[in-house]
Amino acid sequence: MKSIRVNPIACEGRGLCAELFPERIVLDDWGYPIVDETPIPPSLEHHARRAATMCPTLALALEESAERADTVVEPERPRDR
Amino acid sequence: MGASAWEDTTMPGAAPSGLPRIFAGLHREGRAATLEEYVVQHGPVPRHQDLLSVVEASGLQGRGGAAFSTAVKLRAVAQSDRRPVVVVNATEGESVSAKDKVLARQAPHLVLDGATLAASALGASEVIVAVAESARTEAATLEQAIRERAHAGIDERIPVGLARITDGFVSGEETAVVNALNGGPAKPTFTPPRPFERGVRGSPTLVQNAETLAHLALIARYGPAWFRELGTPEEPGSALVTISGAVGDPGVYEVELGTPLRTLLDQAGGTDEPLRALLVGGYFGTWIGADDVDQLRLLNADLRRVGASLGARAVVALPASACGVCETARAARYLAAESAGQCGPCIHGVSAIADVLEQVSAGRNDARHSRLPRWLADVNGRGACRHPDGAVRFVASAMSVFADEFEAHVGHDHCRWDRRRVLPLSHVPAAA
Repeated sequence: MKSIRVNPIACEGRGLCAELFPERIVLDDWGYPIVDETPIPPSLEHHARRAATMCPTLALALEESAERADTVVEPERPRDR
Repeated sequence: MGASAWEDTTMPGAAPSGLPRIFAGLHREGRAATLEEYVVQHGPVPRHQDLLSVVEASGLQGRGGAAFSTAVKLRAVAQSDRRPVVVVNATEGESVSAKDKVLARQAPHLVLDGATLAASALGASEVIVAVAESARTEAATLEQAIRERAHAGIDERIPVGLARITDGFVSGEETAVVNALNGGPAKPTFTPPRPFERGVRGSPTLVQNAETLAHLALIARYGPAWFRELGTPEEPGSALVTISGAVGDPGVYEVELGTPLRTLLDQAGGTDEPLRALLVGGYFGTWIGADDVDQLRLLNADLRRVGASLGARAVVALPASACGVCETARAARYLAAESAGQCGPCIHGVSAIADVLEQVSAGRNDARHSRLPRWLADVNGRGACRHPDGAVRFVASAMSVFADEFEAHVGHDHCRWDRRRVLPLSHVPAAA
């Protein structure tokens, strides 16, 4: 699976990414993206790719996730309600 | 003295037992040990077939702040098929730390030996010693030592040069040093690549703190078992500690890792009035309340329990007459100003945090006060380097240790405490 990463030096806080990919990106009080770097499920990947290509400073990168897909699958938790 | 005498391995100097190690045989008046004096103290430079294994067995950890395994770092650089470069990081941008400056001024040959030993083990093409622009005495001493060695015919296979790096709190961060050596500004770069992958002129680069290399030079002589005679199995050896603030005799001390923090203060002449808190790890560090000081030793294993770490082992004693809130606000403003100015969350976040702390310390009830905890969480981990992380760790620890003072400040028009100023915000004078 892939995950998204921001280069904070390149980022100028235009904020487009948070509109295009709100599932993983929110803006802080100064307009800079807080990126959730957890692996992106295939169903959301095209949103992530769009956010990365639309970034005006090319500060977003869609990378192969550091963790292998098979290690991030969480064990089933017993449901208590 | 000829190269053969220098490299004679049959007559090593006597291994110092106990302490001092690094400071053994140094001059009280603070001048540098000459090459001759240094060789009398520590013997000629040893030759090793497998220095990396010796370093690995010693368990030496980087003394620049991150406490990363030196052997792992060496091996990472050694992995490449390209010839590496060795950079001695003696920039020491942290204003409450003076250990590397003391080493450069008084024991330059120990540092240079460590660097050239690492360089030969790695087959490096050159050694670059990086010092701050402002460190004129240190640069002159190192240059003199480099000349002495050239005259004696040692290090002749590896060129050793000196480079001056623009002063700044973050300019000693390893990617900033490499960036400066490559002709860029002394500002951190986005990683990867890390310097061990691609550093000076694109070569794999070992950036090692000056004190780490001094320990390495001693380990090469006296062996890993000797190194482990001090400290704990996980954190072996001695370390240099810079102690300042409300102590009788501030300065740089060589102590055993695992020394109780209270003993450390006593060694520095004791506190000159009751202690309120201790700042451990400099401005990237953590405040520790006076009550906890007696329970803790100079070990990451101990400090982890209170959410702290040793960093570069700069310790500042805050007396009861000083105000932790005001001191923290002053230091936070300094940290905001020392941002490299590259990453939005650091530029805006750290300075917004400093704004609120200044308002609180002035007794003004700032409505943004309630946003502080969220801002601290938001700013953490959001820079290319660890500057914002260090700043928020420092402020967060202040809010917990000085919780009562924070409460008392909000809504009062002035500080009730004496406001004795303790934290130095630029260069700290150092005695050895």
